[in-house]
Amino acid sequence: MRQAWIIAAKDLKLRVRDRSAFIVGIIAPLGLAAIFSSIFNPIENFDFSATYAVVDQDGGLVATQFVGGLEQFGAGAEIIKVATRKEAIDLADVEPFTSGEGVDAAFVIPPGFSDAIQSDRPAELEVISGPGGVAASVAVAFAEQFASEMTFARIAVASYESLGGTDDRLSAGLRALATPSPVSLEDLHAANKELAGKTFYAAGLAIFFLFFTVQFGVNSLLDERHAGTLRRLMAAPMRRSSIVLGKGIMSFVLGLVSMVVLIVATTLLFGAEWGNPLGVFLLVVGGIVSALGIMGIVAGFAKTAEQAQNYSSMLAVILGFLGGTFFPVGQAGGILADLRFITPHAWFMRGLGDLAGGNVADVFPAVGALLLFGLVTGAIAALGLKKGLQP
Amino acid sequence: MTARVNVLVCRDLRRSFGDNAAVKGVSFSIAEGETYGLLGPNGAGKTTTISMVTGLLERDSGEVFVDGKPLTTISVDAKRGIGLVPQDIAIYPDLTARENLIFFGKLYDMSGKALKDRVAEVLEIIGLTDRADDRSDEFSGGMKRRLNIGIGLLHKPRLLLLDEPTVGVDPQSRNAILESVEHLSDQGMAVLYTTHYMEEAERLCDRVGIIDLGEIKAEGTRRELVQLVGQRDRVRLEAGGSGEAGVGALAGLGYVKEVSVRDGGIEMLVENAGAWLAEILAKVTAAGVTISSVDVEEPNLESVFLHLTGRALRD
Repeated sequence: MRQAWIIAAKDLKLRVRDRSAFIVGIIAPLGLAAIFSSIFNPIENFDFSATYAVVDQDGGLVATQFVGGLEQFGAGAEIIKVATRKEAIDLADVEPFTSGEGVDAAFVIPPGFSDAIQSDRPAELEVISGPGGVAASVAVAFAEQFASEMTFARIAVASYESLGGTDDRLSAGLRALATPSPVSLEDLHAANKELAGKTFYAAGLAIFFLFFTVQFGVNSLLDERHAGTLRRLMAAPMRRSSIVLGKGIMSFVLGLVSMVVLIVATTLLFGAEWGNPLGVFLLVVGGIVSALGIMGIVAGFAKTAEQAQNYSSMLAVILGFLGGTFFPVGQAGGILADLRFITPHAWFMRGLGDLAGGNVADVFPAVGALLLFGLVTGAIAALGLKKGLQP
Repeated sequence: MTARVNVLVCRDLRRSFGDNAAVKGVSFSIAEGETYGLLGPNGAGKTTTISMVTGLLERDSGEVFVDGKPLTTISVDAKRGIGLVPQDIAIYPDLTARENLIFFGKLYDMSGKALKDRVAEVLEIIGLTDRADDRSDEFSGGMKRRLNIGIGLLHKPRLLLLDEPTVGVDPQSRNAILESVEHLSDQGMAVLYTTHYMEEAERLCDRVGIIDLGEIKAEGTRRELVQLVGQRDRVRLEAGGSGEAGVGALAGLGYVKEVSVRDGGIEMLVENAGAWLAEILAKVTAAGVTISSVDVEEPNLESVFLHLTGRALRD
């Protein structure tokens, strides 16, 4: 273990001396975060507004509650305009609204909707929207929230009656509950949570560049082999695992320092809001562990340092894009929104989203996912590194 | 007379890479204060042998003992007694000479004043005291080589392995390196020195193992090895005219062995060439061969290698 620290200290000295750690770990992400933040900044100035059409072909109690809930959803914030049309309308007539005439999405409440719900029959609420975007996601999320509340109320009524409840007034009361309560943005599905603009770009670029920073440390094993010093290290009186551990410690420290500097700097300079420090720390640790595992795989199986550098850079960019570090992939909808969770980046961003306004415990799922990434990829990396530790 | 203790014992080392058997049953031992040379051409199996002896490379079979302790790739204790000077320069160019030495010293559990003093001592030995705090990427090739050796010496190993330490070194630095190595065995260190330079092996080594195609062909002191070729001098005559006629004239002489035409000249092994040279020249001239130069070479390790393998060291 002592030797691992000695190796880590030597590597840190080398990285500080050649300044590469500063450039990749701090200067580049800070600079890019500043540029992105000032040029795009689309979510900070959120000013979310959307116009929804409701085609109420039903006109019943539940439909009315739905429309009321939707209007209340946007009330006060003046972010959502709801236009309702109660006359019968062909679905084909709605679609143009959603693609170019100022309506972002339309809810179509079919005839018999309220009756179906009140008599426990399946009911269908259709959301028609364009190909994606925030407004469409919000519309879908609102409808899903409405549907889940319906289901909850139905279960409550069914449970009461199955347990022998005979009070008609209570049943009626419970049925009355089978109407949507006002829905707020915070009620929306967690997967659609995104960070505010400056924080989003600061966090996205921090996790993106973390992979490059960590790559420095892990790939230095291949540099040692290329330089011939690996033979000396392997001939020294220590276990070979100490060499790998030393590289891991160095990468971890480098990653941690660069993340801390970035977090402090973006908070002070750009006004990024990272959230509870302990929660952020846990996410950073999880992020570094996952980056170590993934970059370890590359270092373990690459034949040369140059090859490892190319592979890991490519991987870092792909994972970064897919994980939504440059733009909020979750709001794009479709398969990308789900696919992003195969990357640690998405879990890191998700964890920060969960942490925003929440408490430390809210990041546990994301931290768990990140550590799991690290564990699985680390095990695979260990196989490759064992093979790679040859003179 | 007290028998010297063996610091290194290797028994029947074998290692293959796929179908290629790089080392085929190499055995040798080195006593304290002894310098043992592994002499062979490139690809003979020297580096593979050293890699197994240092525990860098897993062996297919065989045993290695350092100071009586068995050594494998996962040994820790036995490795404390070994100092390695790899063939390729293995230093950190961004660190100074002193920082390089301190780093490797710490890996060998050295610390504090003892480490500081030893670093200063080694810098003196390798002649880099004046440049101790310069980054090693500013050093000449020879200086890097000397630092490479200094790192191997730092922890006062019982066994020092030098893998072709003078490859690519200028004559001045080469001489400095050889002088350093000469002093090491005086300090009781056992030294394993691999080289394909015959003159280095002759100068430095108490005993030499001649290795080729993964096998030790012969082993012993220089005198013992030379006796393998029968103390015969190698004589080469640069000849004009028919070399074959000259060979015919010499073939029947009892003191001339293995006479042949090679590269346009006549080569032969002669017992005590000094005594017979005049007669040889007279017979060749009488056979109609014009002699432009005469070269007499006493037996050396090169001759031994040629005798044992049928080819020159640098082939």
